[in-house]
Amino acid sequence: MIYNASAECMDRKALERLQMERLQQTVKRVYENVPFYKTRFDAKGIRPRDIRTLEDLELLPFTVKDDLRQTYPFGMFAVPMRQIIRIHASSGTTGHPTVVGYTSEDINTWAEAIARTLSAGGTTAGDIVHNAYGYGLFTGGLGIHYGAERLGATVVPISGGQTKRQVQLLQDFGSNVICCTPSYALYISEMAAEAELDLEKLPLKAGFFGAEPWTEIMRKKIEDSLGIDALDIYGLSEVMGPGVSYNCLLKCGLHINEDFFIPEIIDPITEKPLPPGERGELVFTTITKEAFPVIRYRTRDITSLSYEKCSCGRTFARMQRVSGRTDDMLIIRGVNIFPSQIESVLLEIEEAEPHYQLIVDRQEKSLDTLEVWVEVSADIFSDEMRKLEALQKKVRHEIEALLGISVSVKLVEPKAIARSEGKAKRIIDRREI
Amino acid sequence: MAVTQISVFLENKSGRLAELTEVLAEASINIRALSVAETVDYGVLRLIVDNPVLACEHLRQAGFTVTETQVLALEIPDRPGGLAGAIRLLSNAGINVEYIYAFVGKAKDNALVVLRLEEIERAAKLLKEHGIEAVPAENIYRM
Repeated sequence: MIYNASAECMDRKALERLQMERLQQTVKRVYENVPFYKTRFDAKGIRPRDIRTLEDLELLPFTVKDDLRQTYPFGMFAVPMRQIIRIHASSGTTGHPTVVGYTSEDINTWAEAIARTLSAGGTTAGDIVHNAYGYGLFTGGLGIHYGAERLGATVVPISGGQTKRQVQLLQDFGSNVICCTPSYALYISEMAAEAELDLEKLPLKAGFFGAEPWTEIMRKKIEDSLGIDALDIYGLSEVMGPGVSYNCLLKCGLHINEDFFIPEIIDPITEKPLPPGERGELVFTTITKEAFPVIRYRTRDITSLSYEKCSCGRTFARMQRVSGRTDDMLIIRGVNIFPSQIESVLLEIEEAEPHYQLIVDRQEKSLDTLEVWVEVSADIFSDEMRKLEALQKKVRHEIEALLGISVSVKLVEPKAIARSEGKAKRIIDRREI
Repeated sequence: MAVTQISVFLENKSGRLAELTEVLAEASINIRALSVAETVDYGVLRLIVDNPVLACEHLRQAGFTVTETQVLALEIPDRPGGLAGAIRLLSNAGINVEYIYAFVGKAKDNALVVLRLEEIERAAKLLKEHGIEAVPAENIYRM
């Protein structure tokens, strides 16, 4: 179902005209109202009137997370405080949290974006939406909430936690739609199995999962255990929150709400824009936001874009599932490598969350080496040496085929890879650069 | 008929074998037979013990990667050619022996060997028809 066909299926020419018009307004507004942007634009010698085509976007400076921290708390707001009707903030595990604000019109836009998202996954007015995203400063809970209401659905604002009760209410209310993080969806299905509740018999038909990276294997697991369509949703508070992009039921990439956000893919090192289809860092410019517009915000998420029209009828550009973070990027012998690429190979071989570590070193003659340590779990362990050796070889071949550089693979014992706070340290770079 | 063998993944670093044997010792588990296969980086230790269930539990708890495999224990005449007869039988029947190792000598006139086979049932039947009995698991654990 398409919530707003006149926007979502807009002819590309018309869409680009709309984007251009809105971009010019945004650039003018931030230049006049946000000292941070004025300083940045001036430093590059850019005036709002220099932005005449969509290609001119390249002239504008980037904005990074640290800029938002520097202007903590309200320095990036483009409207007076009295027009701000809502504040959200990121967790701020490293330094200041990033604070974002919304005007009444921004909340409207956001609800529209989420209504499109939920609709694309088959949600209709009259459906019961179990919303287990956290309510509070985090954008997940309230973001979904307003969008589901906009659609005319019945929202169950259960927020996170108390999983047993969640399972009970899912059953008692006969919810049709669930919204939460993908890992929480798996946890709910486990709890339901423990309670000997057959979730497949429930009227649950779709789930909207985001806020953390997940994989196709997880999608399949969630779909099988809950008997639903599991849809990927993407967003970040700096740009708006959930609803920046969304899967349709064809699940072939995430449609970006391009009438609100202009996406770009750049090479994270050279900062040059990359053509459609190439993997790189995702960058967003908001073109409708009033309170907290961002210009060329670097998300640090790695993906690629496709501008091909989807079979569902939508013309919005699609981004691939986010496959990594620029923070994790390694450059080995001139090749950009993301741990997530290696993880995807291991996932396919192990069919379970793999534990691995990448050891990067530099030989005397300055040749970089990549060693992949793979923990031998009970699932892949065999008493036969030839099977272990075949496994080692398979992992090596598949990683080499994907990355195009030679690697060595070492099998190690479980827990050989140090874990901190449940998360394993994925990269050890011994190069002295 | 089949005996449960425990296989453990071991990285080649000092102290790992000591830790493993200590885990078994603390759980009062007696090792009946063992063999090691190794590469430069790691090895697989295969064990026959008196209580495989308990041994697995303790090893897993101690963080080792453990797998259980069904193997055949054979009592064969302790004389030249004793093993050859049994192996020839299997070979002629097209049954592949993955690996083989011997017990520390306990049986009086016979030797004990452990065989890891692809077709354990068929092998046992074939050997029995030719007068070579697989040693029952209980006997091995109780030895």
